[in-house]
Amino acid sequence: MSTAHALLGLLEPAPRHGYDLKRLFDRYFAPDRPLAFGQVYATLGRLERDGRVVVASVDQAEGPERKTYAITGAGERDLDDWLRDPIDPEPHLQATLFTKVTLAVLTGRPVTKLLDAQRHAHLARMRELTTLRRDAALPVALLADYALFHLEADLRWIELTAARADELGRVIPPLIADPATAEVRPTSVETSHA
Amino acid sequence: MPDIAVLDPDTPPAVTPRPVQDSHGRVVLAGEGLVKRFGQTEALRGLDVEIARGEILAVMGPSGSGKSTLLHCLAAIIRPDAGRVMLDGARIDDLGEGDRTKLRRRRFGFVFQFGQLVPELPAIENVALPLLLDGVARTEAQARAAELFPQLGLDGLEQRRPGEMSGGQAQRVAVARALVTQPGVVFADEPTGSLDSLAGEQVMELLTDAARATDTAVVLVTHEPRIAAYADREVVVRDGRIATTSGR
Repeated sequence: MSTAHALLGLLEPAPRHGYDLKRLFDRYFAPDRPLAFGQVYATLGRLERDGRVVVASVDQAEGPERKTYAITGAGERDLDDWLRDPIDPEPHLQATLFTKVTLAVLTGRPVTKLLDAQRHAHLARMRELTTLRRDAALPVALLADYALFHLEADLRWIELTAARADELGRVIPPLIADPATAEVRPTSVETSHA
Repeated sequence: MPDIAVLDPDTPPAVTPRPVQDSHGRVVLAGEGLVKRFGQTEALRGLDVEIARGEILAVMGPSGSGKSTLLHCLAAIIRPDAGRVMLDGARIDDLGEGDRTKLRRRRFGFVFQFGQLVPELPAIENVALPLLLDGVARTEAQARAAELFPQLGLDGLEQRRPGEMSGGQAQRVAVARALVTQPGVVFADEPTGSLDSLAGEQVMELLTDAARATDTAVVLVTHEPRIAAYADREVVVRDGRIATTSGR
């Protein structure tokens, strides 16, 4: 997620305070994981440095000063480019889960156990999202759907891989310790596993 | 001699509301050491499972893992070759054919993937059918069926025949029919399998809302993760056993 572009987009219709931006950002893009204030101001600072936003006014009536940020012409062009360019189709062929599965096979660990644990973790997250979307406004429900469909895709891969776990073990047999280097293996570290 | 008390916990069973108090966390349905063979194939190999009252349990697993056989054993549709099925603490797997039919009609509800509504009957009569089969008077059966229509978003569709409804509407009528006897357990086998995503989600929302409101347990067989995510917990059946289960 490009927080910078999201903030630029929220600033395009009208200048806003940092607090307003955070509130809008959380509502539309991060309903269950609110953005930290620090991240909002750090991102605005970078955008200001790059000339994509400017501080339009500073309100110092009471309490801490409140800056109102406005998007610049350069910021609008950047936002426009970002919205127009398609994002790189994901995922790439370096997924963590894939690495875990391959390493499990290479080191002789049971793949099924790993996949079972991941299935439960995925479904637990999907349950949270399903609960969230039920009472959510449409934009949030659609965001939850987006996450749900991606998790479901992972789960389809998990099921396929579970069904082919034995075959995978035959195709990539476990790595065997090289007798020449085995004796220098550290003995102080616990190396056994189930 | 089978325990007939399990068939008639209420008098008459089909019209007395189930008590929902003092039920939290109690096991309503259990399969213990279930074994089922079809010829040389062992579909269930000593499977154990428990469903608490009001719990929505997803049963997942690859094709041929035994999940449908498990559902059929738990629902007293078929008898296991070994092991026991307990409903509210009473054994049901050893009941005779007639008693199991009565039990299914009174204590269980069913939602399947396809073709379960009677095409000639309007929706209201389809929903009332389990009550009519159980001897409840027509007027009362229809009145009770009608109560479920608003709850399942079916207002105004009472007189439609299955062919005059969308797939999602027809499936919600099937859900209403499964709930009309106020069963302790609803068995749902791929209940959204024939629907698009949106209609499927709606069926699941209404089914789980209705089940939670009445403390009805649901055994939900599905291979779709999005559907399983409506459950409180999932078990994965593999090679005729519960391979893994998520924490409650």
